[in-house]
Amino acid sequence: MTKKIKNLNLNFGPQHPAAHGVLRLILELDGEVVEKADPHIGLLHRGTEKLIENKTYMQAVPYFDRLDYVAPMNQEHAFALAIEKVLNIDVPIRAQFIRVMFCEIGRILSHILNVTTQALDVGALTPSLWGFEERETLMTFYERASGSRLHANYFRAGGVHQDLPAGLETDIARFCETFPKIINDLENLLTDNRIFKQRNVDIGIVTKEDALDYSFSGVMIRGSGVPWDLRKSQPYDCYDQLEFKIPVGKNGDCYDRYLCRIEEMKESIKIIKQCLAKMEKGPIKTFDGKITPPSKKDIKQSMEALIHHFKLFTEGYRVPKDEIYTAVEAPKGEFGVYLISDGSSKPYKCKIRAPGFSHLQSMDYLIKGHMLADVPAVLGSLDIVFGEVDR
Amino acid sequence: MNNLIDLEKKINSELGTKINSSEIKHNQIYLEIDSEDLVDVVLFVKTNKDTKFRQLIDITVVDYPERSKRFKIVYLFLSHEFNQRMILSYDISENEVISSLTSIFPSANWMEREVFDMYGVNFKDHPDLRRILTDYGFKGHPLRKDFPLTGHTEVRYSEGQKKVVSEPVKLEQNYRNFDYQSPWEGTKYIKELADNNDKKN
Repeated sequence: MTKKIKNLNLNFGPQHPAAHGVLRLILELDGEVVEKADPHIGLLHRGTEKLIENKTYMQAVPYFDRLDYVAPMNQEHAFALAIEKVLNIDVPIRAQFIRVMFCEIGRILSHILNVTTQALDVGALTPSLWGFEERETLMTFYERASGSRLHANYFRAGGVHQDLPAGLETDIARFCETFPKIINDLENLLTDNRIFKQRNVDIGIVTKEDALDYSFSGVMIRGSGVPWDLRKSQPYDCYDQLEFKIPVGKNGDCYDRYLCRIEEMKESIKIIKQCLAKMEKGPIKTFDGKITPPSKKDIKQSMEALIHHFKLFTEGYRVPKDEIYTAVEAPKGEFGVYLISDGSSKPYKCKIRAPGFSHLQSMDYLIKGHMLADVPAVLGSLDIVFGEVDR
Repeated sequence: MNNLIDLEKKINSELGTKINSSEIKHNQIYLEIDSEDLVDVVLFVKTNKDTKFRQLIDITVVDYPERSKRFKIVYLFLSHEFNQRMILSYDISENEVISSLTSIFPSANWMEREVFDMYGVNFKDHPDLRRILTDYGFKGHPLRKDFPLTGHTEVRYSEGQKKVVSEPVKLEQNYRNFDYQSPWEGTKYIKELADNNDKKN
């Protein structure tokens, strides 16, 4: 006599702490083995692209902070670069260094969060306590430069909003000295940890071919052994003047991706140090009065500056008709902005290419045949943040 | 091919009539094709040893409600080998059904679902064409230009019914869209006035 056994459908999330936000995952289980995973996303959909179409270019910048909210400035960077290319303006060298430095701080912010919460998902509590202390320090750097810990709204087309306050550079330099020790501490806890390895080695393996077919980018593709990093291959801002290495994984499993992230944090520290060393005093945004708002002092003295100020904060600057795609290497992967301008002061269309969207899509492919307990480990190593997946 | 101009020549000579126009701009190659040639062109650029656009970066749509062919479908490709980017596009009218790329790029699945959700463009041969970003039971296609920014419905938790209910949007104040364009450069209403006056005279 044969008995027919029905598979169990399990609803994972949207309130599950290991879902890293508002992911609803419908799992079809055969015993404890996952047969199928169907992610339901969109619970954090805010219509960012629609809102951007209705705002001027300057007003649209804060929306980018709210996409991947653990590394806000990296997103702003993509948008700023897109506008700069269309407007054909040069960014002063000091602004380039400031932007790159804060992008690397963002990368560390994101990687600390990911590495430590992944450890938390597989049962280690301490790394998150240690890591979050460092994140707090980094966010105070954000705050001192931009006025806010998370939603910075700091990058502008043609530079950054304002210069760094006195003493910030020395404090960041001091951080660069102490932080490698923290990475070592984290590594001591995790890298050779038996439980951590049991939960991550050979879990969620991605082959080179599949990494390409599934539109992976960032650590997800490097973990599988493809040496691809936009900072090297299509350098933007001053990345071509800086020296750094691209860590590449071998097996494409969760553990390799973890190792890549750790190594990337060390490289980021090197980049920040180089930026600090090469940074010289100078202008921090373009001088073009039609794009850059005038200083408060000028507004009081110059009629032209006053007119510029008024026009920039009502109509905004106009961007000539064009179509462009620009991408940056955000901590999670290739973050791109596909911008269509129609000559007015608002974008006609602004499509945001979020790396997490294509990573999460592969969930079914990654998890098929794994145990239920591997779901949080794979999800953790995908490094998804719902701000950018749902937009 | 590492050189963008050579690449453009190669694609034009190999695909010939299928390419309506090609352009090099911002260090990227822009191609315009017809909607029925999509699968052929994509298969070619993915597999040919001189192009190798192995990665589909994104699919999106641009809505031009005033045109008869309303939607411009845009595909972004990346070639790791040659470090090149390509933007492929074609125009379709509102009710046209287009081919799906899911058999060539598995990652097209969600991207096409998003296009369907946001613009209401239909794909044939798509394995699982459902809404993706909007709510269960959502009506309309939010990124179309004629969809209002404030939407049609809003949700709240109803204590009486003990569930989340969706109701027509009630606004204390309507969404105001200010026209800041300088009248000297011809804002819409001034232009219309001037045009009408011209006609009368």
